[in-house]
Amino acid sequence: MHNILECENLSKHFGTVKALDSVTLSIPRGRIVGLLGPNGSGKTTFIKICCNLLTPTGGIIRIGGFEPGVDTKKIVSYLPEKNYLNNWMKVSDVLHFFKDFYNDFNIEKARDMLDKLRIDANTRLKTLSKGTKEKVQLILVMSREAQLYLLDEPIGGVDPAARDYILETIIKNYSENAAVIISTHLISDIEKILDDVIFLKDGQVILSKTVDEVRDESGKSVDALFREVFRC
Amino acid sequence: MMPWDLKPDRPIYTQLIEQIELKICSGVYPLGSKLPSVRDLAQEASVNPNTMQRALAKLEETGLIYTHRTSGRYVTEDVKMVQKVKEKLAYELVQEFLQNMKRLGFDEKEIATIIAGMTGGAENA
Repeated sequence: MHNILECENLSKHFGTVKALDSVTLSIPRGRIVGLLGPNGSGKTTFIKICCNLLTPTGGIIRIGGFEPGVDTKKIVSYLPEKNYLNNWMKVSDVLHFFKDFYNDFNIEKARDMLDKLRIDANTRLKTLSKGTKEKVQLILVMSREAQLYLLDEPIGGVDPAARDYILETIIKNYSENAAVIISTHLISDIEKILDDVIFLKDGQVILSKTVDEVRDESGKSVDALFREVFRC
Repeated sequence: MMPWDLKPDRPIYTQLIEQIELKICSGVYPLGSKLPSVRDLAQEASVNPNTMQRALAKLEETGLIYTHRTSGRYVTEDVKMVQKVKEKLAYELVQEFLQNMKRLGFDEKEIATIIAGMTGGAENA
């Protein structure tokens, strides 16, 4: 199966608001895709549908051939926008939590990555800084041997050095069998590691190209094009 | 170590080709030496591994690098080929320089005088 994710006319309405409006996409395995759009453009709604946290109002979505549900949770690794880990837990508790929940969680890999950052597994989460907590979450998510990684704003709110670490981790864990979807509005930091970009505006896909196509055709960076398209 | 200098407004793929050529010409990757893996190169340059792969494939087509069946990618041992790439890079640099100088309002004769003055000055020093 070439595409890990396919959706057709996918829509989500909240009352009269069309958070997603007839989105049709296919994401091949082995790609790193940027889901880009201003606040309120539908990025998180799309990701939440992929994780079965929201049900679509209309349209079809398949991940690895399955509708979002138990089967897709086994192959989808999700980094939410917000920190959801319990503060009283130790890093080692969370590692075992993940080990129990996910068959594909590689605890050695996670330990190894934590060691490299000199994060002690006996530390309680509440004593970690915001940036370190975000790194721990990313390590958990990237230590699963999943087929689709959904990272919702992974670089928001961390300093540039932590940002570099996060991007480096995404490159290091690249697999031909898996796709990574990264939602963000911090484009200039991230565009070098992307294969493809999807621009979302008011719930609709208004552009879907490779990064080098954008640069070649417009003579601009994705970031510059984004600023132009979404000028307020 | 020579850093990877990637501009935001040009395709990454073409810039990676140029940068690897430059690294070969300047001896960062000596003739006949083994190149790092795609993953390591991608990480070093902070770019997408698929983009790095494409750039290497293109360089392989030109013969500047070659793949050994099992052990990875190597820089060519062909001195003449590297010399040609060097000349191509030099030509591009000079072209860019000339364009900038013309934008400043100098004609070719004036540019030649300036260069002669500077290089002559270096000899006298």
